[in-house]
Amino acid sequence: MNITSRLLLSTAAILLAGAAPACAAWQPQKPIEFVATAGPGGGTDNLARAVQNIVTKYKLTDQPVVVVNKAGGSGAEGYVYGKASAGDPYKVIFGTSNAWQQPLVSKVAFNYTDLTPIAAMAQDEFLLWVKQDAPYKTATDFLKAAASGDFKMGGAQSKDTDEVLTRLIEKAAHVKFTYIPFKSGAEAAVQLAGGHIDSHVNNPSESLGQWRGGTQRPLCAFSPKRLPQGPKITATEGWSDIPTCVEQGLAISQYEQPRTVWLPGKVSADQTAFYQDLMKKVQATPEWKDYIEKSSQVDTFLSGDAFDKFIKEDLEHLKQVAAEQGWLVK
Amino acid sequence: MENIDLLLHGFTIAITLPHLALMVIGVLLGILVGVLPGLGAPNGVSLLLPLTFGMQPVSAIILLSSMYWGALFGGSVTSILFNIPGEPSSVATTFDGYPMARDGRPTTALATAFGSAAFGALVGVILITFLASWVAKVALAFGPAEYFAVYFLAFASFVGMGGAPPAKTIVALAIGFAIAAIGIDTVSGSVRLTMGIDELVKGVNFVVAVMGLFGIGELLIAVEEEFHARAVSSKIEWREVFRALGRLPWHGVALLRSAAIGCWMGITPGGPTAASFMSYGIAKRFSSRGKHFGTGEVEGVIAPETADHAAGTSALLPMLSLGIPGSATAAVMMGGLMIWGLNPGPMLFIDQKDFVWGLIASMYVGNIVAVVLVLLTVPVFAALMRIPFVIIAPLIVIICAVGAYSVSNSYLDVILMLGFGVVGYLFKKLSYPLAPLVLAIVIGDKAEDAFRQSMLMSKGSLGIFFANRLVTSLVVGGVALLLLPLVLQVVRMLRGTAPDQAKPEEMRIT
Repeated sequence: MNITSRLLLSTAAILLAGAAPACAAWQPQKPIEFVATAGPGGGTDNLARAVQNIVTKYKLTDQPVVVVNKAGGSGAEGYVYGKASAGDPYKVIFGTSNAWQQPLVSKVAFNYTDLTPIAAMAQDEFLLWVKQDAPYKTATDFLKAAASGDFKMGGAQSKDTDEVLTRLIEKAAHVKFTYIPFKSGAEAAVQLAGGHIDSHVNNPSESLGQWRGGTQRPLCAFSPKRLPQGPKITATEGWSDIPTCVEQGLAISQYEQPRTVWLPGKVSADQTAFYQDLMKKVQATPEWKDYIEKSSQVDTFLSGDAFDKFIKEDLEHLKQVAAEQGWLVK
Repeated sequence: MENIDLLLHGFTIAITLPHLALMVIGVLLGILVGVLPGLGAPNGVSLLLPLTFGMQPVSAIILLSSMYWGALFGGSVTSILFNIPGEPSSVATTFDGYPMARDGRPTTALATAFGSAAFGALVGVILITFLASWVAKVALAFGPAEYFAVYFLAFASFVGMGGAPPAKTIVALAIGFAIAAIGIDTVSGSVRLTMGIDELVKGVNFVVAVMGLFGIGELLIAVEEEFHARAVSSKIEWREVFRALGRLPWHGVALLRSAAIGCWMGITPGGPTAASFMSYGIAKRFSSRGKHFGTGEVEGVIAPETADHAAGTSALLPMLSLGIPGSATAAVMMGGLMIWGLNPGPMLFIDQKDFVWGLIASMYVGNIVAVVLVLLTVPVFAALMRIPFVIIAPLIVIICAVGAYSVSNSYLDVILMLGFGVVGYLFKKLSYPLAPLVLAIVIGDKAEDAFRQSMLMSKGSLGIFFANRLVTSLVVGGVALLLLPLVLQVVRMLRGTAPDQAKPEEMRIT
């Protein structure tokens, strides 16, 4: 198609659209694909499906929304797909901080700069967990014991958020762990329940069931202040009863994992704005609040410059750890 | 017994009109996704999941689990009729099911498969009913070393199986391991064997490999060898369905053994796929007609089907009681539980008695509904075998291409699938066994992860595989299976009888 006919077509399209107000910026014209960089049932998949339900329920767009899972290679499959779809505003990629962390430590064929950031929507917290019947009452006890013993720390994946946090703990508390990578946090939780490892740093939702079931318990939360008061999890305790790690003398005041939303690269500012607006509308619904509470996450919304700044800071942080551990690939 | 009271209470929840209707809908949808390759139970359940958010948790789980039963049954249909396994766990069913169908006995093969599947599922549910708390403890005892030992046992039961020369089996296993290694490595986090193709970072999906190896590979062979005589004129008789079911009790030993293997693998959780392979391998070794396995032997269908369903059913138990999903579908359902506001774990059995026992009761009823529905469809499916080969062949190509594409909407997968077709053809031509290749693709990376996690834990000492009774017995069992054919051969040689004595007779039968 040459430029003239393209112009003609778009003029025709505008004429046909007729009554549409001139200021109505970009609107989707065909079905939208939500790409979850996690398998069905994983945290990122739950987010994509929660957003899909809200968008459909409130008719936030006329177009149907479908969720597809591209979980291969710790989510790299989804990001690579996003990179390959450059210029296509009908693919929305749901991920985590993996989008910028993975390219730093692994030779994956994408970088977060290949994608257009839309928003960071929810933050998952991290806690330090031990087996229910472990002798340590506090994080201080645990770290004291870890300093003289050979402790095994489990986590999801290698050179990923869990291992980075493990290395940060080692540095802050002058201890050494044997880090054992598993496929997921859920797997690490089971291994802790069976006593095959000594601790892990799962998100609240990954170990909620086990805490309630009395197979493991959290010692401290890696957040600047205590987690929000929710319903009691066990007979006596809820999330807000767990001290922060700083309170326990472990000087890591903040460590969290944002759930992130992206478009492929080379999309227009209008298209980006449409999805930022869409996500804001989603976040204002009671269903969203419900999702946040059930998954024990923290509600946040970062977009534009604030999101950029967040990524840059997180990258600085990670680069330091990765350089010390000899993980950097580029 | 308290459990019996609870179960009876559960039946009052499960046997209500709306719930029975949900079961029928779920089973029919399940058969559909099971029959369509590339869709499969995990995808089907996740597609249905959003619809359940407004339902009562009990109704929702009844719908989803019925779909699971339906998909498990449906997965066997394409394996038997077209040599295309719809589910990873029905690969082993193709080994004897497809030859049976090809030789004009599709009705017998399907009815046998469904009958033994129902038996396996029943044993699985009974186990859940009575041993819930004990089972929970067993699953917890499994650390990386124990996992590796279970996978090792599955591999060993294959190498020692005979049929193909052990050297060829090991070559097939090695190729499978290499394919399983493609993508991101869990333990080091680095990208392996992508050969410059960015998309390969996701690894090679099992469905893509299997559809090529079996569906396309078999087609190539058929085109070359017996292009004309492919349409099977099978009479469709209800009597044959009942006759096949009636003959099942004669294979009682095989049924019980396979159910035991299935339950064990479902709980531990080695999963239905490993269970069906292992059960087939062990049946081949110990069955009196083991030599004829692969040519259309009834026990070759019974063994993998019973184990598959026993494992699929008992895999729900660790999910409910511990929050460990024993299979991919169980993982999706677990996501559903959390969305419905329930937390899987030991407390579920105390806090949510109605839910847990309603579900368990629905497993009994749902499986009966599933087996009745699926048996009704046998003549319809068997009739497909009468369609001439010239029509079926292009359909198989289309089904395989669509199936491979729909795994992750990728053209690369279609090309890979065709490539695997050629590999499957070459394997058959050079008489290399396909089963070990597939087994290695499916659980090779899990076995590798488990081994390397064990090595990290023990700081490189192999002693971890002999650290307690459980892992030691698994490892010793594996080694024994591995050495069994060697020992038998030595014994025969010492007795002075030629090992190939049975051959002429065998030739006549096949």
